[in-house]
Amino acid sequence: MDLKFTPEEHAFREEVRHFFRTAVPESIRRKVLEGQHLTRQEIVASQRILNEKGWAVPNWPVEWGGQTWTPVQVYLYQDEMQQAGVPAPLGFNTSMVGPVIAEFGSQAQKQRFLARAANLDDWWCQGFSEPGAGSDLASLRTKAERVGDTWVINGQKTWTTLAQHADWIFVLCRTNPTAKKQEGISFILCDMKTPGIKVRPIETIDGGHEVNEVFFDDVVVPYENLVGQENKGWDCAKFLLGNERTGIARVGTSKARLKRIRELAKLERVGDRPLIEDQKFREKLAAVEIELKALEMTQLRIVADERGRQKGKPNPASSILKLKGSVIQQATTELMLEVAGPYAMPYVASDEGDGRNEPGYGPDYAAGAAPTYFNWRKISIYGGSNEIQRNIVAKAILGF
Amino acid sequence: MDFDFSDDQRLLKDSVDRLIADRYDFEQRKKYANEPDGWSRDMWARYAELGLLGLPFPEAAGGFGGGPVETMTVMEAFGRGLVLEPYFATVTLGGGLLRHAGSERQQAALLPQVAAGELKLAFAHVERQSRYDLQDVGVTATRDGAGWLLNGEKSVVLHGDSADKLLVTARTGGSRRDPGGIGVFLVDATAGGVSRRGYPTQDGLRGAEVSFANARAEDVLGDPGGALPAVQRVADEAIAALCAEAVGGMAAMHALTVDYMKTRKQFGRAIGEFQVLQHRAVDNFVALEQARSMAMYATMMAASDDAAERRQAVSAAKVQIGRSGRHIGQEAVQLHGGIAMTMEYKVGHYFKRMTMIEMLFGDTDQHLAVVAGGGGLF
Ligand SMILES: Cc1cc2nc3c(=O)[nH]c(=O)nc-3n(C[C@H](O)[C@H](O)[C@H](O)COP(=O)(O)OP(=O)(O)OC[C@H]3O[C@@H](n4cnc5c(N)ncnc54)[C@H](O)[C@@H]3O)c2cc1C
Repeated sequence: MDLKFTPEEHAFREEVRHFFRTAVPESIRRKVLEGQHLTRQEIVASQRILNEKGWAVPNWPVEWGGQTWTPVQVYLYQDEMQQAGVPAPLGFNTSMVGPVIAEFGSQAQKQRFLARAANLDDWWCQGFSEPGAGSDLASLRTKAERVGDTWVINGQKTWTTLAQHADWIFVLCRTNPTAKKQEGISFILCDMKTPGIKVRPIETIDGGHEVNEVFFDDVVVPYENLVGQENKGWDCAKFLLGNERTGIARVGTSKARLKRIRELAKLERVGDRPLIEDQKFREKLAAVEIELKALEMTQLRIVADERGRQKGKPNPASSILKLKGSVIQQATTELMLEVAGPYAMPYVASDEGDGRNEPGYGPDYAAGAAPTYFNWRKISIYGGSNEIQRNIVAKAILGF
Repeated sequence: MDFDFSDDQRLLKDSVDRLIADRYDFEQRKKYANEPDGWSRDMWARYAELGLLGLPFPEAAGGFGGGPVETMTVMEAFGRGLVLEPYFATVTLGGGLLRHAGSERQQAALLPQVAAGELKLAFAHVERQSRYDLQDVGVTATRDGAGWLLNGEKSVVLHGDSADKLLVTARTGGSRRDPGGIGVFLVDATAGGVSRRGYPTQDGLRGAEVSFANARAEDVLGDPGGALPAVQRVADEAIAALCAEAVGGMAAMHALTVDYMKTRKQFGRAIGEFQVLQHRAVDNFVALEQARSMAMYATMMAASDDAAERRQAVSAAKVQIGRSGRHIGQEAVQLHGGIAMTMEYKVGHYFKRMTMIEMLFGDTDQHLAVVAGGGGLF
């Protein structure tokens, strides 16, 4: 047992660190580290910088722009990216629809969509959840009927993240109403400009516009927009949901936030002493750091172990990454709120969209403390809630 | 020992509960929030009519002579309704300062106007460096002839934007964190040298940054260098009131969550049928009842003249409220799933209000330190 990385791995870490911190604008990285919403342009610009370097989609097959990195390199890449505050490449493109098309799509679909997805020429969004189908995704009701060589789609999706920016949506539709729940679903791609698609914004509790409802009213798309086989969409969905593993813990993000909290707690004063010298506060900070160190070690164990494993047989410990990673991320937001103190109270309208940038009140970072705390409650809800994660671990790992 | 309400208290409770049920549902609240002040002048007039704005004032000053129990009753209902009006700022804080620091003349001049709904007050005490320390005061008050001139800046003044008059802690002597040398000054909010930047707070209420540049005070309440004990007393009463408000909010949030669990169906059944979720709801219930008990404790101790004993009790309650509020708030959101993340649904608003209450007049850690530094609660 040895915690040291090889000299090659060290060199790789230096290379990605240097790139992330020099090539991606500081203004964007600062916003990410402080939990602020990015504009569409910022997200696109950042992904294109990565893509030009060939680093937007390292997890894809090499022929479509992927890298032959070892699991350790993938880990280092993510860790450095998160610590630098570089926005992750748009997940809907790079870890959802891209890998699904690469695995299940036709040659024509690959040629048409993959390079554009990697470069964020097309912005994708995820049309899975519905008002009646959240945790129980397979009960979805949006239906697609085959009419000639087209699909006619009717129904409603919800919680669709950043649909307001999207060019395309990948939709799970019911295509066989009489089959068993999971067996009558298809994975279909829709151009967001298709007549009959309507997007309605949902305002989240932090005041942001991040999610939407998407309505389908007799939306006609070509039959060839089906990915994989008809009624086999659930396989695509399962593949997609199981695809993110190590990245989901966001250990690097939490590391960066804890460092920032420590820095800020040196500046904020309680009475005549810096907050960081308050025994209770430092113990709370230390406790979260310990949890994070444990999670990082767990992640490294998984990474090291991945070399010797067959594809599709993940280490059982990987299932705790989302559970623990979400709770740690949320804990950092609570600490940040405590650092900000009374100055977390003013609500400062974000400059997203309209270009208005009201001067804040109190220290700059404080304005984001409460909205991030509120907003990050989502992390234990989406992508399979923490309750659903526990159900999976109980069944798949503990054998209940 | 008696945990029951008197007949008068019951009447008060019925009428306030009815008012909130009839006039403060979620849609109505949204409308009030969109009015120019960010709250409803109409409701303000209703509170005045019902006598709520003079509830804790002496009868001689146009009030009803109510005590902490009456305040608790109102605040709990207001917590349920997520009330936006400046009741806490005007009646609990402003009125409290006048009651504990003001002279009879000052009370007689101002309290009847407050009770009639004609005068709104705000308490300016937080400063950029002070966090939750009431005696950390940098704003200065200097003699100018017979009056006083104020200089400096106050932060996060609750409802400071719509207040007619401000009550401002300012230093007449001593260094920044000395307990002595602090006075409470009455300043007209539109006086020369006073400037205000109002804003919404995270919970949809209002706050303001206020600065004073040679602003002339109208008056000083009590001893210009010895106001801290009265300020602390008002803070203790205010915390008891916030605890009651928080309990109202927690109870409503808990009830909404249980109802939702009984109706939301996934996997072919109500999610409330999953035993693991039932246990989570039970834990919320336990947290709620513990909070309710401590809010009552704070209420019963808030009028104590023994400052040390009062402080311990109120701090203990604030810790319990902070913990229960955070727990129930986070769990209510989680048990609802995505719907609770939206402005369109009420639970998130309770969650945000709980978060702000935890930060008002000292956060959980600060009050825990007070209790830990005392001689023990038993
Ligand atoms: C900010 C945000 C962004 C999102 N973005 C997208 C997106 O881009 N695309 C998309 O398709 N979806 C998206 N989602 C939807 C997300 O995946 C769902 O919210 C999630 O699946 C939970 O579903 P639900 O909200 O309907 O809650 P429900 O499924 O109704 O769950 C309510 C509660 O019951 C619990 N529960 C449910 N079933 C069980 C069980 N069997 N055992 C124990 N507990 C259970 C849940 O854990 C939760 O606590 C997003 C959600 C949010 C909040």
